[in-house]
Amino acid sequence: MEGLISLAVKAIFVENLALSFFLGMCTFIAVSKKISTAIGLGISVMVVQAITVPTNNLLLTYLLKPGALAWAGFPNVDLTFLGLISYIGVIAAMVQILEMILDKFFPPLYNALGIFLPLITVNCAILGGSLFMVERDYDFAQSTTYGIASGFGWALAITAMAGVREKLKYSDVPDGLQGLGITFITAGLMALAFMSFSGVKL
Amino acid sequence: MAQKRKELLVDPLVDNNPITLQVLGICSALAVTSSLQVAFVMALAVTAVTGFASMFISILRNHIPSSIRIIVQMVIIASLVILVDQILKAFAYEISKTLSVFVGLIITNCIVMGRAEAFAMKNPPVASFLDGIGNGLGYGLILMLVGVIRELFGAGSLFGITILETVNNGGWYVPNGLLLLPPSAFFVIGLLIWAFRTWKPKQVEEREYKIQTVEAH
Repeated sequence: MEGLISLAVKAIFVENLALSFFLGMCTFIAVSKKISTAIGLGISVMVVQAITVPTNNLLLTYLLKPGALAWAGFPNVDLTFLGLISYIGVIAAMVQILEMILDKFFPPLYNALGIFLPLITVNCAILGGSLFMVERDYDFAQSTTYGIASGFGWALAITAMAGVREKLKYSDVPDGLQGLGITFITAGLMALAFMSFSGVKL
Repeated sequence: MAQKRKELLVDPLVDNNPITLQVLGICSALAVTSSLQVAFVMALAVTAVTGFASMFISILRNHIPSSIRIIVQMVIIASLVILVDQILKAFAYEISKTLSVFVGLIITNCIVMGRAEAFAMKNPPVASFLDGIGNGLGYGLILMLVGVIRELFGAGSLFGITILETVNNGGWYVPNGLLLLPPSAFFVIGLLIWAFRTWKPKQVEEREYKIQTVEAH
């Protein structure tokens, strides 16, 4: 249990997906102009991340790993090279299913998050989460924790970024730096701040 | 026609650069630029994937139903990325270790999807291929620029060959450690964008919101 908590803290602060691995940067920069939309997107990412990372972990354990197909009578089959295409398939399918479920049972939530869901399929943070899970050999409990925590970390980062940018638009920025340029530099300063968490010993 | 093709190839390099103007594919641009060699391999990989993905999607464009086009595009792109990944593992294992998840993340690199959606779905294969290669090169250009700045001033070397002898090795150059850390990528790209837009003021005006005080003066 202690291991899981430290994994979660690490995923949220020290190894923040957005600010130390630069995942999901396209949406991070594009959708961080207003706090309300940033929160909506952040929550959607967290939900999708919490579903897809464990699902991909099951997929890896029971279908793709060398020897994983032993239960079906093929102990020598190694399908790891199909990993990328399966993960992205799972993500696309999950996002689609989530969209349909929200539409059917929680219309207000669908109206709030609906526009972000298609965007999430191509958000590198989601695929990145699954790939890190594979690379670091997480088991099922760890990958569930990692999914939720890394999604939360991303949501935290984009919300903070939106807060900064809402104030920033009133400031006098040099011409060439306006918009995209200053956003990058702000993100850099935030990443610098998040780096101080790496001194935290767990 | 030849003129138009050349435009397709050259336009994304500076005038319509995917990173500094279209805001596409930033994730990997930041993460893999701390050494020039890795940045170079990444740029090659992305250029190849973007070019071929655009070409194949363009060949199939009249047969893809629009409701499932994202998934079809994803499958095409993912297959190409698997190919690149396997080639890297076979011939450049060390580099593929350093790139780790970022090869896989070419799938969700917005440049590939963005060009497929914006250009390849509407244009013939050859033009799409050139557009893909051009955008890949534009991306590569920024990647290499950032890579040069970060490796030269952060470690005093280029492609792993020492250019500026560092103090630790008995030389004179004190390396700037900040440039090897992740946040510096943000600063370098931010400043690059500034430089690009000062050079091409046309790109500034297209910004979405303008600051009132500037106009008031």
